[in-house]
Amino acid sequence: MRIPCPFCGERGVSEFSYRGDATLQRPDAGSENALAAFVDYVHLRDNPAGRHREFWQHTGGCRAWLVVVRDVRTHAIEQVSAARGLSQTVDVQMVEV
Amino acid sequence: MHYSILSILTQALRGQQGWTPAWREAEPQRHYDVVIVGGGGHGLATAHYLAKEHGITRVAVLEKGYIGSGNVGRNTTIIRSNYLLPENTPFYEWSLKLWEGLERDLNYNAMVSQRGVLNLFHSDSQRDAFARRGNTMRLAGVDAELLDRDAVRALVPRLDFDNARFPIQGGLLQRRGGTARHDAVAWGFARAADKRGVDIIQNCEVTGIRTTEGRVTGVETTRGFIGAGKVGLACAGNSSRVAAMAGLRLPIESHVLQAFVSEAVKPLVKGVVTFGAGHFYVSQSDKGGLVFGGDIDGYNSYAQRGNLPTIEDVAESAMALMPGLGRLRLLRHWGGLMDMSMDGSPIIDRTPVQGLFLNAGWCYGGFKATPASGWCFAWTIAKDEPHPLNAAFRLDRFATGHVIDEKGAGAQPNLH
Ligand SMILES: Cc1cc2nc3c(=O)[nH]c(=O)nc-3n(C[C@H](O)[C@H](O)[C@H](O)COP(=O)(O)OP(=O)(O)OC[C@H]3O[C@@H](n4cnc5c(N)ncnc54)[C@H](O)[C@@H]3O)c2cc1C
Ligand SMILES: [Zn+2]
Repeated sequence: MRIPCPFCGERGVSEFSYRGDATLQRPDAGSENALAAFVDYVHLRDNPAGRHREFWQHTGGCRAWLVVVRDVRTHAIEQVSAARGLSQTVDVQMVEV
Repeated sequence: MHYSILSILTQALRGQQGWTPAWREAEPQRHYDVVIVGGGGHGLATAHYLAKEHGITRVAVLEKGYIGSGNVGRNTTIIRSNYLLPENTPFYEWSLKLWEGLERDLNYNAMVSQRGVLNLFHSDSQRDAFARRGNTMRLAGVDAELLDRDAVRALVPRLDFDNARFPIQGGLLQRRGGTARHDAVAWGFARAADKRGVDIIQNCEVTGIRTTEGRVTGVETTRGFIGAGKVGLACAGNSSRVAAMAGLRLPIESHVLQAFVSEAVKPLVKGVVTFGAGHFYVSQSDKGGLVFGGDIDGYNSYAQRGNLPTIEDVAESAMALMPGLGRLRLLRHWGGLMDMSMDGSPIIDRTPVQGLFLNAGWCYGGFKATPASGWCFAWTIAKDEPHPLNAAFRLDRFATGHVIDEKGAGAQPNLH
């Protein structure tokens, strides 16, 4: 598997660290059901068998956090973009690779 | 047909013509008392113990592929009970006890071999941690021995004892640990369950879970609807997908783990040896191949195959521990899908859906658990409540804060 970093170009996966599901929304700590919402946020996952939106960090390169859309059945990478500024929004414009 | 010396001799005289299939090719009936989804080790063991321990025989095991096509036929066959946490130690020890009597119970040769499991340590702090674990095991009635360097050398001479970075200082040995023939475990449980009336239905994928007013009534399958009083899920690696059919979201991610077998050589490694300074463990099969593996690939995967960096990592660790391995050719390598849970420990429990039970989250260590997992899941299904041995493996422990985190890694499935 190779990941095209928007800053460094395509690199082998061993340069990157996996940082998990990028669809999760951090709950509002002040909300009424904050405790239950945080339990879900920390522990529950959709874990889909198909397209998965996930964080990777280019730890062996520019160290940027990336949002990657990958098919977890084939490891085919559909989209990559810098995570900065878009991690909290679901419908983001991503760079087609 | 009962297997014995006599049956082997009789068959030898009859030209091996009289052997019958180990289990029936069952057609799905319209309704069962219990339907188990997933014909892996855990599902088949559950069916066996439902019939044997609880007299529940109107049971079907539904398997989307063939028996043994999942992790039960893909693992590196290690069995042990060297756990530290009080929720785990008695459960895995019960499993090892069941392994010790399994072949008589099933009338099937599962090649259970108590050749020992040795965890190496390479630093003073690691020795302390292993001594603590060994003491905990002994307090729970489990065998454990702390070996020094010379004792390790006597047991497995062909390791790199003087590796400059990771010199071997000693190891924690569980002599009662060892290996079992993984396929035979699946076949043995299947045959024993079938004998007691359980229907084993292969090529039957569950595609939906039907409920009425919060109670399960059966499952949709590729071979039609099958009604059920109770449904137990034992779908290692695919648990999230199947549980989602009942509207459940699980504390689980699916990850891939790879394993390797070398060409066969003369006896080289006694027992199972794990490297304490890298991700590598090795044993030798009775055919002579070295069976080894390492870490999971580390990201969500349903691919049932892994990537090259992990293979390199395993190979590097292998060379650090046993440089001689570099002279061997690799015969095969493969991957299996595992439910990595958020605390690295399993779930055997009821679910919020009435009559729906969950057996999941076995990570990379569920083979050794097969007998006890089936035994406890059967109990939980039959009695609608967990047995004390699996009382801690609750689905809601993440909400109540009672997580069981052997590694202390936190809610990071790829680090367990
Ligand atoms: C490479 C590797 C090495 C391992 N090494 C060890 C080891 O040394 N020691 C150890 O203790 N553990 C080990 N494990 C872990 C162990 O193999 C698993 O934890 C255990 O086998 C899981 O339980 P199971 O046998 O029931 O799973 P499986 O055999 O995977 O059974 C689950 C079954 O469910 C079926 N299924 C899924 N979805 C559906 C559906 N919708 N309908 C019908 N059927 C369905 C699947 O086809 C599968 O057959 C290893 C795992 C791997 C991958
Ligand atoms: Zn980069």
